[in-house]
Amino acid sequence: MRSQPLSIIDKLWESHVIVARDGGDCLLFIDRHLLHEGSFHAFEQVRKRGRAIARPDLSFAIADHYVPTRARAQPIANPEIARMVDLLARNTGAHGIAHIGLNDPRQGIVHVAIPEQGLTLPGLTIVCGDSHTSTHGAFGAYAFGIGASEVAHVLMTQAIWQKKPKCMRLRVEGATMPGTAAKDIALTFISRVGADGAQGHAIEYAGSAVRALSMEGRMTLCNLSIEAGARNGLVAPDQTTYDWLKGRPFAPKGESFERAVEAWDKLASDPGASFDREITLDGGEIVPTVTWGTSPEQALPVDATVPDPSTHADPARAAAISDAIAYMGLTPGGKLSSIAIDRVFIGSCTNGRIEDLRAAASVLAGRRAKVPGLVSPGSSSVKRQAEEEGLDRIFREAGLEFADSGCSMCVGINGDLVPPGERCASTTNRNFKGRQGPGARTHLMSPAMVAAAAVTGHLTDARELLEGRA
Amino acid sequence: MNPFTTLAARACPLPLANVDTDQLVPARFLKRSRATGYGGFLLHDLRFGADGQAKSVLPLDDPRYKGAQILVARRNFGGGSSREGAVYALADFGIRCIIAPSFGDIFSSNCVMNGLLPARVKESDAEALLAHLEQFAGAAINVDLEAQRIVCGNRVYDFSIDSFFKTKLLNGWDDVDVTLSFSEEMQAFQSRDAAERPWARPIRADRGD
Repeated sequence: MRSQPLSIIDKLWESHVIVARDGGDCLLFIDRHLLHEGSFHAFEQVRKRGRAIARPDLSFAIADHYVPTRARAQPIANPEIARMVDLLARNTGAHGIAHIGLNDPRQGIVHVAIPEQGLTLPGLTIVCGDSHTSTHGAFGAYAFGIGASEVAHVLMTQAIWQKKPKCMRLRVEGATMPGTAAKDIALTFISRVGADGAQGHAIEYAGSAVRALSMEGRMTLCNLSIEAGARNGLVAPDQTTYDWLKGRPFAPKGESFERAVEAWDKLASDPGASFDREITLDGGEIVPTVTWGTSPEQALPVDATVPDPSTHADPARAAAISDAIAYMGLTPGGKLSSIAIDRVFIGSCTNGRIEDLRAAASVLAGRRAKVPGLVSPGSSSVKRQAEEEGLDRIFREAGLEFADSGCSMCVGINGDLVPPGERCASTTNRNFKGRQGPGARTHLMSPAMVAAAAVTGHLTDARELLEGRA
Repeated sequence: MNPFTTLAARACPLPLANVDTDQLVPARFLKRSRATGYGGFLLHDLRFGADGQAKSVLPLDDPRYKGAQILVARRNFGGGSSREGAVYALADFGIRCIIAPSFGDIFSSNCVMNGLLPARVKESDAEALLAHLEQFAGAAINVDLEAQRIVCGNRVYDFSIDSFFKTKLLNGWDDVDVTLSFSEEMQAFQSRDAAERPWARPIRADRGD
């Protein structure tokens, strides 16, 4: 008999425990395993051991990290990249794993395209050799990134050893202001707790402002959990989730769907469930936010100024700020809204969904960008929908390039790079040194904010350009 | 995997916070097979210019710290990307233990999978260790995993590590072998689960597969 109220994190954990050992480590069953080109390290390990794949029916592969975003009808020009994309096809083919190829209409960034297929469902455990696997938590799934050795382990066993993390709940209560987005909630949260603030925790996002988010917004929020240090973050499923899932190719159908919803409705945290840490943000106080430094925790409202390291008593903290300011080429005390940019990027698993493209287009419509920029939709399906809605025309008329789908300029390994020393306003997830290319300087912000920066040529409060629009 | 019990080795200071895995190994090197060795990619863009020439101001390239097997760094070491290449770069460079106030969760897990010890210390202790290693370049540190203790100079520091990681490192356990020893439990779980969560299986109902 159970009397203790449970959180959604507890429920998801307990429903997947195969073995619990003394000391608290558990063997968890994995419902979905997602693979990409980078997974070749893991296939090498499997081959070395000479073992079979335990459940090829539960793995799904898509090439996204290295793929070109242009001239997709032609063979891939870069031989190293062509080899990696081909290797994924061969590795998955040899083991009978479903593979969505480069020119498949379902192709896209794994964290965008897999939910589109209805493969991400509430109540599932989902892993992938990519830290932004936390994205899938938006559906009430327990989803986290793993390393190559763990990918190999999951391939060979369909399970993973984990110690149960501590539980954190972030409540965002109250309505958010027009012109702010899920990205602003996430950056505000990360800047408050720090890039390591949620390490060792799983996060449940709750509160009326989270409930009010669309699935796209929830995916952005959960995606960025890792930037606060949490391996996973999730939102309890509700009618918004079910409406989004219904009719997706791999989602349960008809009566099966209704029965699944009955089970999913029981996942929500029980009243009185305990959390190791609770944080509350006032939705009404969240404003358009940008990063100024080289860690996502170095984020501030766009009307703020660049921090001054000399005002910090702790020498290690002051050194970190000085180091970031030097890399970013900024002046302490300078206005963030005066920072001129060289280019923009709109895309990625964080903000490459249709709603993100609509938000950017609502600012760009009828305007010209002062800087060059690239729009890479999160999936081929998002690209088609954007074209149907005429968003591609808005981007092109603004002077931006509208390309194919992939990780693109977020990680800069497919050739889409920010040149050394250039400053990019970006809808992505990491402003790390060199992330978008050696010497590249990245400012993270929402799609509307990136669009506003494109129009003015400097960091700008998008609300100024949205007046009378949207 | 070789067990990790104690380590007495030269330690190198890396007085930086937020050394993310993108810095530990830039993404463009991840196309390479592990067999080619990842040691040369460690912190590549901090150590080498665009022309490939060494530009490093890091102690890592100071001859006095040559052969170091222990790194001491500031908070949030190994945050960010899940790339195990970051650990390959450290391991292939010769590093077996990293001491810092906090680590990325996935990075910690990747370390343990490869027999490296991520030892968590208080922020003030990390600063004391960094200061000592800068003053006495080339000094050795003793790390005792069982006792969770670091001896450096005439001081002793405690460190913390997840008990699960500790057991794995001390025993040099290979996860796959351990897991496969539970194959009966695995079978039982899957039969029970198929009945309890029929919706969890990926079925394309429209295609009937």
